[in-house]
Amino acid sequence: MKLRRTMLYVPGNNAGMMKDAHIYRSDSVMFDLEDSVSLNEKDTARFLVFNALTTLDYEGIETVVRINGLDTPYGREDLKAMVRARPDVIRLPKTETAQDVHDVEAILAEEEKACGLPEGSIRMMAAIEGPLGVLNAYEIATASKRLIGIALGAEDYVTSMKTSRSPGGIELLFARSQILNAARAAGIYALDTVYSDVNNEEGFLDEVRHIKQLGFDGKSVISPRQIQPVHRVYCPDDKEIDHALRVVQAIEEAEANNSGVISLNGKMVDKPIVDRAKRVLEMARATGIRINELEAYCDEDE
Amino acid sequence: MKIIKTGMAGSLESSDVLITVDSNTGKGRNISLESTVKRQYGKQILKVVEHTLDLLEISDVTVRLEDKGALDCTIRSRLEAAVYRAAGSETYPWESLT
Amino acid sequence: MKMNKNSIGREIPEKIGKLKLSPFEGAFAHTPLVRQDKGNRRLPRLNKLVDTIEQAVLKSELKDGMTISFHHHFRAGDYVLNMVMDVISNLGIKDITLASSSLTTVHDELIPHIKKGTVTHIITSGMRGKLAEFISAGHMEEPVLFHSHGGRARAVEEGEIKIDVAFLGVPSCDVYGNANGYTGPSACGSLGYAKVDAKYADKVVLLTDYLAEYPNTPFSIDQDMVDYIVKVDAVGDPEKISTGATRITRNPRDLLIAQNAADFIAASPYFEDGFSLQTGSGGASLATTRYLTEYMEARNIKASWALGGITGQIVKMHEAGLIKKLLDVQSFDREAIRSIGENRLHTEIDASYYANPLNKGCAVNKLNVVILSALEIDLDFNVNVLTGSDGVIMGASGGHSDTAVGSGLSVIVAPLIRGRTSTVTKRALSVVTPGESVDVFVSDRGIAINPRRKDLIEHFCDVRLPFHTMEELLDKAERLVGRPDPIEFTDKVVGLIEYRDGTIIDVVRQVKGLE
Repeated sequence: MKLRRTMLYVPGNNAGMMKDAHIYRSDSVMFDLEDSVSLNEKDTARFLVFNALTTLDYEGIETVVRINGLDTPYGREDLKAMVRARPDVIRLPKTETAQDVHDVEAILAEEEKACGLPEGSIRMMAAIEGPLGVLNAYEIATASKRLIGIALGAEDYVTSMKTSRSPGGIELLFARSQILNAARAAGIYALDTVYSDVNNEEGFLDEVRHIKQLGFDGKSVISPRQIQPVHRVYCPDDKEIDHALRVVQAIEEAEANNSGVISLNGKMVDKPIVDRAKRVLEMARATGIRINELEAYCDEDE
Repeated sequence: MKIIKTGMAGSLESSDVLITVDSNTGKGRNISLESTVKRQYGKQILKVVEHTLDLLEISDVTVRLEDKGALDCTIRSRLEAAVYRAAGSETYPWESLT
Repeated sequence: MKMNKNSIGREIPEKIGKLKLSPFEGAFAHTPLVRQDKGNRRLPRLNKLVDTIEQAVLKSELKDGMTISFHHHFRAGDYVLNMVMDVISNLGIKDITLASSSLTTVHDELIPHIKKGTVTHIITSGMRGKLAEFISAGHMEEPVLFHSHGGRARAVEEGEIKIDVAFLGVPSCDVYGNANGYTGPSACGSLGYAKVDAKYADKVVLLTDYLAEYPNTPFSIDQDMVDYIVKVDAVGDPEKISTGATRITRNPRDLLIAQNAADFIAASPYFEDGFSLQTGSGGASLATTRYLTEYMEARNIKASWALGGITGQIVKMHEAGLIKKLLDVQSFDREAIRSIGENRLHTEIDASYYANPLNKGCAVNKLNVVILSALEIDLDFNVNVLTGSDGVIMGASGGHSDTAVGSGLSVIVAPLIRGRTSTVTKRALSVVTPGESVDVFVSDRGIAINPRRKDLIEHFCDVRLPFHTMEELLDKAERLVGRPDPIEFTDKVVGLIEYRDGTIIDVVRQVKGLE
């Protein structure tokens, strides 16, 4: 399972951050050519990200580039350059309709062909940042096979909705639910928006717990300091892992005994419970927890 | 490519380099370097500059670098951007830059 | 038996066996400092005050070729050294050996005194700024001697550095010389380095901007060691002597290094209830305490004591009950200064107690874990904290080599790459701390255990941390920044780096082409 708990924003014109982007162990890094780059530095940022991607070793961490929209003078050139720089994923900003995805996909295919890459080499993700995009979430999520996920961009969204962001995030509940639902229906990842008050660690944690409970796969982060807190929230605790192991053990035993009904501690174990248990164990393994040891420990326990 | 005006790119922040490119018609390449790591990397930086100018097929040019410890790929990026700005060109041959 | 009559008419034998006896000659005959005006209540109170620095210098009988000392507790806020040197220079005294426990950026003003010949030798832990460049450029005839804090205490006690006059700035003292570091507007906390000089110098001159009522208790420098006292307007700039509580850095790279260091220490066999530790005041080192605190709370582990330069972070841990006692040779910030003034469990120690390798037992010997910084660390784990990657002096030996060798686990923390400079090098430009006393290097891009520590390597074989060999880290760095050209030096030796035992571990040479 590919984890996408954290995607670290790196402003595309910041030379100092280019070489350090991956050392903080976020699941993905996203080089930004869009909002963090001023209009008169679009060309320099493009050169910088291009050369960083073609030269530096990001040690296997997923690389994402957020391009400028095709409705700007920069988006077309961004795509031309980035296909040749070969990040793993191109992120579309401000996606409103399925057509936005199709447009980018067409150019990607053209450029891939032009430089001899197999079609589909570069994946896509779409950020939804406005009311129309939220309403079209499912169409967007299913617009291309290249899409690995859709993401919420909340800053523009709340402004369009004539509100602002609040600690509880009530104003985002519809957009988050809609995007999440669309992503799940399409079978792709759902990623939450950034939390911009870097120094408010408590507020950030509250929001991470909230979006994890909603069901998001992860969150965009704007500072390396936000990475570990997200990973900690997403890491299953010993109790969850222990329970998951027991569930899996129970079905294995039941299968061995050809017993149809599976129960654990007197409670019936059905498919959703098994699926959830498997996901917990997968997440635990992916975060580096040594399950085997725990399994041995559980056996001793019984 | 032909340099027709002054082109600048980069910054004086740590790990970056500020590059100024100017025309030097008929007089070859004139490269000057200030760097916080000149003792250790001065030769390497000049090598990167010469190589990048070769790729861009620029023979007559004045290049001034104020380096704050930029990596080779940053120096290349800034030089490419400065040259394109100085040449007034916005058609970038990405193939040949890889 | 030959008898002598003493001054009150008693018969005293001239000798008893081989012991020659001195007959009493009057209550004041041999004690010139005891006042002879008994009964006169209106006479000024007995004191050691002189009006000006110049009078103090003259009374101390400072001569050409002598050695004077200062301390660096006022850090970059120090006024004392420059004030005294100006006076000495104006008096035309020449050929002085300047033995300051360390020098900072404010001491650039020494350059004219060196040019003029007032100062011809320097002994210090380190130096920075223009002075350091001046020395690196080869402008001083005799090489500077760089010592560790413990090494200096040893040299002073052994008489290798014979201090003729110590000029010691103190935040407060009374008219008779009882001084401490935590009273007064220029409070600096511990006077650990000054204490050694007060004890061993021939003449001791105190400079203060705060005269306290007698007796100024508790005192760090005792009245019985002090010759003269000068009241000055200010011994330093309080804003630069100490900053507010040293805050945990928000630099993500330092935090990452700190997290790695704390992960390593917490997984090491040294992390057990009752352990002792020392941390530096650098960003990553300080931040390590934050993550260690999390581990200590989670596992209910308490440290028995912390040593060294004490920071507000360490004080905070102490006050939260995580560290029982503090031994403080130098207080790094206002929180530490406040604490040492009011907390009996926060104890001032002198530099010899701290780290002198030849006394009967110094504190670093009992240290479990120390977290230290580095400008460079090489494939042999030799550490340079003195010269920059361009070969120019820019740091200090400090307690680095003392604590590295004294501790059970010496942890060096630094970014693998700073700008375009790799911290890991094939061969460090200058060595302050030998690799055999360094146990592990923790960076943002990986951790390397010294292969000499087979026990640690064994211990960590099952632990998931980003372990690499030092060779791998060097390779990682060079793939990013390239391989630097060697710095060019001349043959001239501008600095001697003394190991704590008095032997020379390395020399610093003049950087070629440096103005």
